[in-house]
Amino acid sequence: MSLEGKQKGWRELAMGAVLPAGTSEQYKTGSWRAFRPVWIKERCIHCLQCWLICPDFSALAKDGKFDKFDYDHCKGCGLCAYICPVKGKAIEMKKEAEG
Amino acid sequence: MANIKALTGNDAASYAMKQINPDVVAAYPITPQTAIVEKFSEYVSNGEVDTEMILVESEHSAMSACVGSCAAGARTMTATSSQGLALMWEIMYIAAGLRLPIVMTIVNRALSAPLNIHCDHSDTMGARDSGWIHLFCENAQEVYDTVIQAVRIAEHPDVQLPVSINMDGFIISHEVENVEVYDDSRVKNFVGEFKPRVSLLDVNKPVTVGPIDLQDFYFEHRRQEAEGMRNGLGVIKEIEAAFNKEFGRSYGVVEGYRLEDAEVAIVGLGSTMGTLRSIIDEARSAGKKAGFLKIRSFRPIPRDEIIAALKNMKAVAVLDRADALNAVCGPLLMDIRSVLYGNLDVPTVNYIYGLGGRDILTADLNMVIDDLLNIVKTKKIKQELTYLGVRE
Repeated sequence: MSLEGKQKGWRELAMGAVLPAGTSEQYKTGSWRAFRPVWIKERCIHCLQCWLICPDFSALAKDGKFDKFDYDHCKGCGLCAYICPVKGKAIEMKKEAEG
Repeated sequence: MANIKALTGNDAASYAMKQINPDVVAAYPITPQTAIVEKFSEYVSNGEVDTEMILVESEHSAMSACVGSCAAGARTMTATSSQGLALMWEIMYIAAGLRLPIVMTIVNRALSAPLNIHCDHSDTMGARDSGWIHLFCENAQEVYDTVIQAVRIAEHPDVQLPVSINMDGFIISHEVENVEVYDDSRVKNFVGEFKPRVSLLDVNKPVTVGPIDLQDFYFEHRRQEAEGMRNGLGVIKEIEAAFNKEFGRSYGVVEGYRLEDAEVAIVGLGSTMGTLRSIIDEARSAGKKAGFLKIRSFRPIPRDEIIAALKNMKAVAVLDRADALNAVCGPLLMDIRSVLYGNLDVPTVNYIYGLGGRDILTADLNMVIDDLLNIVKTKKIKQELTYLGVRE
């Protein structure tokens, strides 16, 4: 991979790679995903267990309710679907390849 | 008037630490370094320093705590030996990679197995490529002076790398010598205030320390680190000049002893160079044109200074107090030969000696001088590598 001309050279970069906080937001990890969490709105009880357990802050809530998944950062670990207490699950993991 | 104290090498290190008064010391005791941590704990308990002393459960934790505290913006020091250093190894690379100016005294001791508590340099050689600046000392005075200098070398904006101060286990660490110590206030002024580049505790400027750094950036950060090490040589000289001006003592990145008109030279590290002073003097009285080159800055390698010091030699011996176990030679020989290659065409032979604290005898070193003179005379190398002082 050659990135010459596109990124800063070594002299310009922050020493020791110490960066401003929160730069992982710019690092899109969604493409790592093999399985995609799909929200089934009508089954959801908005307990927000998925919001609590998501290790990548990708289960987003709004006004105290589940809102949507951040597919730019979700790596598809499946913890949200695992923790979902609803019988029959309000979150299902689907193969990315199946769309 | 000079204030002379009777100190062991370990005492000299802990006394310097007391005067530096670092914000944090995280350490774990290990022979032969134990006395440093023990004495420093005493200073902490007596309220003679303001240091937060973190007593950890292992050296891996000690170095990890040092990384955390230094990244938090605290001036941080530690000390270790042998297996302890080996256990720190993983985190040493992180300290250097994050460019954290931690200062550590290493009391050199052999690595297991077989189990041995005495001096050789295999511990530091194991951490050779970790990105730390490694300085080797000949005696307790040099340890004291170098610990004080190391703080400023590490923290210099062009370096920002951790520094180790190496002394030979027991030979320096436990031997009592006369050490001139300087007034607390002068040492305090010399080291100055720590101005951290990074502070995890600064809530107004939150930072990420140790992010993932893949194919697109890691190489550039490693290139920066290499530059820090390159800058190290000039900075060591600069800090030493300032130290010499203030305290009237100087060692150099290398020191040549009676090399001006010498034909043969012995190159080495640590306390053996002290032994060699009188042996070279005796050889000179016997008409043998020998000298030595002491390598004080092992990392960074003082390339130009080594070439300049050895340029008139007709044969060179490199003493290694560690074996690289590469089926060819010891670690210092690799450095010296790669520095000389293409610059000086001089026969270079290697002596691995003193492993596990085996004494290096006057007769051994005289033999090295005679071997070198014989190479000059016959223009032939009989043996490229000799295990000096081992029983056949």
